[in-house]
Amino acid sequence: MPSPADYLYTQTHEWMKKEGDILTIGITRFAVDELSDVTFVDLPAIGRKVAAGGTFGEIESVKATSELYAPVEGEIVAVNDALKKDPSLVNQDPYSAGWLVKLKTTVEPHGFMTAAQYDKVHNIA
Amino acid sequence: MADPQTTLLKTCFYDFHIRQGAKMVDFGGWAMPLSYRGIIAEHEQTRKAASVFDVSHMGRLHFSGPDALRFLQHICTRDLSKAVVGQSLYSLICKPDGGVLDDVIVSRFDKYWLMVCNASNRLKLLEWFKANSTGFNYQLKDETMQSAMIAIQGPKVMALLDALLPEPVSSLKRYHFMTQSYLIAKFTVFRSGYTGEDGVEIICGSTIAQMALNMLFKQGRDVREAPMQPAGLGARDTLRMEAGMPLYGHELHENIDPISAGLEWAVATEKPFIGSVALAEIRQRGPEKRLVGLAVDGPRTARQGMTLWAGGHEVGAVTSGAGSPTLGHGIAMAYVQSVCASEGTALEIDLRGNRVAATVVKLPFYKLSKSSP
Repeated sequence: MPSPADYLYTQTHEWMKKEGDILTIGITRFAVDELSDVTFVDLPAIGRKVAAGGTFGEIESVKATSELYAPVEGEIVAVNDALKKDPSLVNQDPYSAGWLVKLKTTVEPHGFMTAAQYDKVHNIA
Repeated sequence: MADPQTTLLKTCFYDFHIRQGAKMVDFGGWAMPLSYRGIIAEHEQTRKAASVFDVSHMGRLHFSGPDALRFLQHICTRDLSKAVVGQSLYSLICKPDGGVLDDVIVSRFDKYWLMVCNASNRLKLLEWFKANSTGFNYQLKDETMQSAMIAIQGPKVMALLDALLPEPVSSLKRYHFMTQSYLIAKFTVFRSGYTGEDGVEIICGSTIAQMALNMLFKQGRDVREAPMQPAGLGARDTLRMEAGMPLYGHELHENIDPISAGLEWAVATEKPFIGSVALAEIRQRGPEKRLVGLAVDGPRTARQGMTLWAGGHEVGAVTSGAGSPTLGHGIAMAYVQSVCASEGTALEIDLRGNRVAATVVKLPFYKLSKSSP
């Protein structure tokens, strides 16, 4: 299934969508499938400042633990609390109910992959 | 990254895995299914019903000739002279210093012995056997590529197989086997496994492997409706962890001895074998570290290599860890200094910079509560 066309994508498999000065971040279906069942998501405190390319948390699956990277600098203004109770939301719905954090940022993301580019790199059809 | 489909070895069931949409991974040089529908779902299906695992990647070595037993006695820690025809014994193969080269299952057939070894250690073992063969008259045949192996595990397996196979297998005792025929095909059913559940492992020639699989999944029907479901290596790993079983490369390796690993029962130091002197010494003075089970607090997963702490001192390291689907909490296996190895000892795991509480508990984490054989 193609990745959502209205998002941008990082090489480390985060997706982002900017609305006003709020950037919503999650991880891609491709990344979720690589991880297998997600068992825990370690998300940052509200108000934490993150640098572009800096880590904002970790995601654990049955198979592995991976770091999560902020595509641009900003301040964490919301985290998906529903993942505390049910981390498998990331598996079920990575592009919507399984979102991770919202970042307040003045930076306009650029240099990231479009859905078509991301899908091409990872042979997603 | 190399193309895994061209560089990795494939089992007889490779096409089946692809057809079933399995996520494939490199395991010991083989393209193997990690999971089909999800690791946790496949784990639970094995604990509740019946799962079929392709374990054809494991090495299958045949020993025959006048000195076959004498040679196996020379390289194995277990006293194989006690095995009767139709019986299998778990054993270690050690270096002179007691370090573990592999853990294997040796089965006594009428005219030969079968050794099942880990996929990643097969070539290393073949070299080791060659280097230690002086003075032994035996033949070694590597049957790995000419055969297939399936593990069928779960509480419903024995009843399902009794209805399916020409001869009932529920009368087999644990760690015993029987050879059966179906039309012109011969296959051997071993009552053993690596999940902590009842079940069997079946070895057959590669030419009839597909037929055997069709038979298990009831040819022509949708696999998803079969009473047994395929399960991958991901579930196999969490299942064996709950069952407290060691995995080579984690709990066992060349710098650890079987006594420290809690496998003293599989070491017959009363007979001479490669490593027997070193192991007798370790047994006598007691190992410096021991393999323990840990119950881990909180939702996070301990991973291999994470360090363990007690009172500000580093006392060991994790070898395997998982969230236990059956128990609903984190579990881990770890080597800790022997003074910290007693049940109930409170430790801390350095989980990527965070200290997480863990308690030493008895292995296995999960045990079949039954009156099985």
